Amino acid sequence: MNQKRTFFSVLVLMALIGILTAVLRHTISGTPFFPGQSTSVWLVEARVDFEATGGPVTASLSLPGLKAPGFALYEEQAASPGYGFSILEENGNRRAEWTKREATGEQSLYYSAHLVESDQDNSSGVGKPAGENRNVAWEAAQELAAKEVLDRARETSSSPQSLTRELIKLLNSPASNQNTALLRSDNIDQAELVMNLLGREDIATRSVMGLYLEDARRRQTLTPMIEIHTGREWLLVNPQTGEVGIPPNLLLWHRGGVSVLDVSGGGKSQVAFSMIKQTVPAAQLAKAQNSGSIFSRLGVHGLPIEEQSMFKFLLLLPLGAAVVVFMRVMIGLKTSGTFMPILIALAFLQTSLVPGLISFISVVAMGLALRSYLSRLNLLLVARIATLIVLVIFIISALSIIGYQMGYSTGMTITFFPMIIIAWTIERMSILWEEEGSQEVLIQGGGSLVVAVLAYLIMQTQLLNHLTFNFPELNLVLLALILAMGQYTGYKLTELRRFRAMDEL
Amino acid sequence: MSKRWISLRRLRQLGMLGMNCRNVDFINRYNDRKLFPLVDNKLKTKLLAQEYDVPTPSLRCVVREQHEISHIERQLAVMDSFALKPAKGSGGKGIVVVIGRKGDDFVRSSGALLSLTDIRRHMSNILAGLYSLGGASDVAIVEDLVAFDDCFSGYSYEGVPDIRIIVFQGYPVMAMLRLATHASDGKANLHQGAVGVGLSLDDGRCLNAVQFSKVVKIHPDTERPLSDIQVPGWRDILILAAQCHDMTGLGYIGTDLVLDKALGPQLLELNARPGLSIQVANGRGLLPRLRHIESLAGSRRLSPEQRVDYCMRHFVAVGGQSPPGIL
Repeated sequence: MNQKRTFFSVLVLMALIGILTAVLRHTISGTPFFPGQSTSVWLVEARVDFEATGGPVTASLSLPGLKAPGFALYEEQAASPGYGFSILEENGNRRAEWTKREATGEQSLYYSAHLVESDQDNSSGVGKPAGENRNVAWEAAQELAAKEVLDRARETSSSPQSLTRELIKLLNSPASNQNTALLRSDNIDQAELVMNLLGREDIATRSVMGLYLEDARRRQTLTPMIEIHTGREWLLVNPQTGEVGIPPNLLLWHRGGVSVLDVSGGGKSQVAFSMIKQTVPAAQLAKAQNSGSIFSRLGVHGLPIEEQSMFKFLLLLPLGAAVVVFMRVMIGLKTSGTFMPILIALAFLQTSLVPGLISFISVVAMGLALRSYLSRLNLLLVARIATLIVLVIFIISALSIIGYQMGYSTGMTITFFPMIIIAWTIERMSILWEEEGSQEVLIQGGGSLVVAVLAYLIMQTQLLNHLTFNFPELNLVLLALILAMGQYTGYKLTELRRFRAMDEL
Repeated sequence: MSKRWISLRRLRQLGMLGMNCRNVDFINRYNDRKLFPLVDNKLKTKLLAQEYDVPTPSLRCVVREQHEISHIERQLAVMDSFALKPAKGSGGKGIVVVIGRKGDDFVRSSGALLSLTDIRRHMSNILAGLYSLGGASDVAIVEDLVAFDDCFSGYSYEGVPDIRIIVFQGYPVMAMLRLATHASDGKANLHQGAVGVGLSLDDGRCLNAVQFSKVVKIHPDTERPLSDIQVPGWRDILILAAQCHDMTGLGYIGTDLVLDKALGPQLLELNARPGLSIQVANGRGLLPRLRHIESLAGSRRLSPEQRVDYCMRHFVAVGGQSPPGIL
């Protein structure tokens, strides 16, 4: 009894380890539990155009951070023939640098990035102000106007962010007085103006360039934004509307004082963005995103594609084995050969069900007919089975060639059947026929087919396929199930029928 | 047939032993794997039985090699009747029973004639493993023919009536008489259509009889009423069965016995995975009796006679069906 308890606690432990590992893999690597789940991926392309003057060229473009708020970058590449390319990192900012010894004429450089919408926190970050406290020298009239505008904004606000909001509201108000007109006089852009004004209030600010992501847009430009420091954290503010916080479709491309694009050795430089939204299966994405994590190393995805597809089949086998155990132990179906049904089910996976069933039954039937002749020859067992293997290969080749000639390319799929297993099946069934009669052959053959079809139906289920392949650890749960069934001492379903005479007594 | 299925509750109530339970709780637990060859090989069983003085049809000769077959007639010359068997055959396959001679030919129990060449070919087939599980090579054994006791005349069609007794840890727990029928082709296997007659453990009388899992009252071929059956010398039969446990060391076995006119009960073969149909023939489940024996474990060692007496006293059936509580 105690031994039994230990056994079952080990089983439960095993199943738990399997499930926990799967959950861990799900949360860490983002591999989805359900197939067909997809995530939207933004493909953003920056195109840098300039006119080279003939000398050495260095073009440097600011790049979004690996983990920009709201988006995670998982793939980037640059395409620019003849240019050396590298990605540099200087004080937290990433820049792409194209270099060439000699270039003349129109030049186009491309950088593209795949970005995934992620649910990281949308704040611009906490910490000490690393921005600037602008201290600009105003003209006397502007100085006065700035003071007045700030005074009015301060009156209706309570915190840096509300001050900023009020300030922008004042600047935007249609009934704008001369003060704002004066401030705008030297054609200063609104973001700059707001930052200058906030500098007077000792509020740290920094300029940010954002890119609004909209599906299938071309020739987009960066939108200037500002970040203000509230004393505790940085907040993004839209200098046009006064909106606080990062809009969901805004990608922070560039931050800080340096310029977005720097081209030396060329002129008329400009950068334009185009973007497209793609839907990528989440599983594929998780694969690409986690190529370095421990889970990807423990998973099947690290293998070459060819080996992966083999593993896809291998990892399905436990499911088939569990079906066989269930059908034999709990239901009590008789099958010919214990695990022959799994192999047939695997063949069905390749041939699909109905053609597979038809060809299997016809091959076995023909084999049985030939075998009945063989039994008269009085051959030794090994020679008999070897003969059968050859005959089965003949039958299969003949069927597939005839099928092909008649225009059924499905005939070719017959070759997926495991020939040696079929030969053994025929041998066993024919012995069964001689010893127990045709009825027993039908019972066992039918039982094998039922189990095979059931195993096939389970193994080709999308969800289970997905789970066994992406979460190999779930096979531990199956193993626990199989072990538990191995200890089952209750009645089989067929015994309820076998012992029915007991009711008549 | 009134019902197609029996309820799970009823099966439990009857204490029926299921296949899974038999395999896990009894065969795996009480039958040591390494002892299986003792019962799977009739030759080994026979030699063991001789060693332990358990009566069994005496062994006349063993054919192990192909070349021995060529001069087998010298050994067969002295025998009028004999049974030729594969040592590893199961389910009565490959058994040839010769009951006499007609000139140079051998007369089978069915009346058919066999030439010496036929006998040789049959032996050759046996050696090649035609009748053994998985086609493993085998040996042929020739043994004395049992002169069947008349007490079952008219109860068996063509074949051999034999008594199957389940012995658990040396205690005979259930018994049945297996009668060949036309449907079973003279074989005594229940799933082939033989009649199974459940026998009361205290006196060896008929409790109930089934064929193809249906209750029968008379033998389907000879039409003799089965309820009249009472096996003579019942205690000796049980003692013989009980000895098989001491002889093999297997905890859960089925013993197949026959009654010889002159020599009394004889051990034919043993089975380490006895079937479950005996319960249907008896109209009761094995489980209560098996659990009862398990509860005795640890008590002092008893002789086969003491164990048989214990069973004859305790496993008493009342009428066709035992009321709950009575084993």
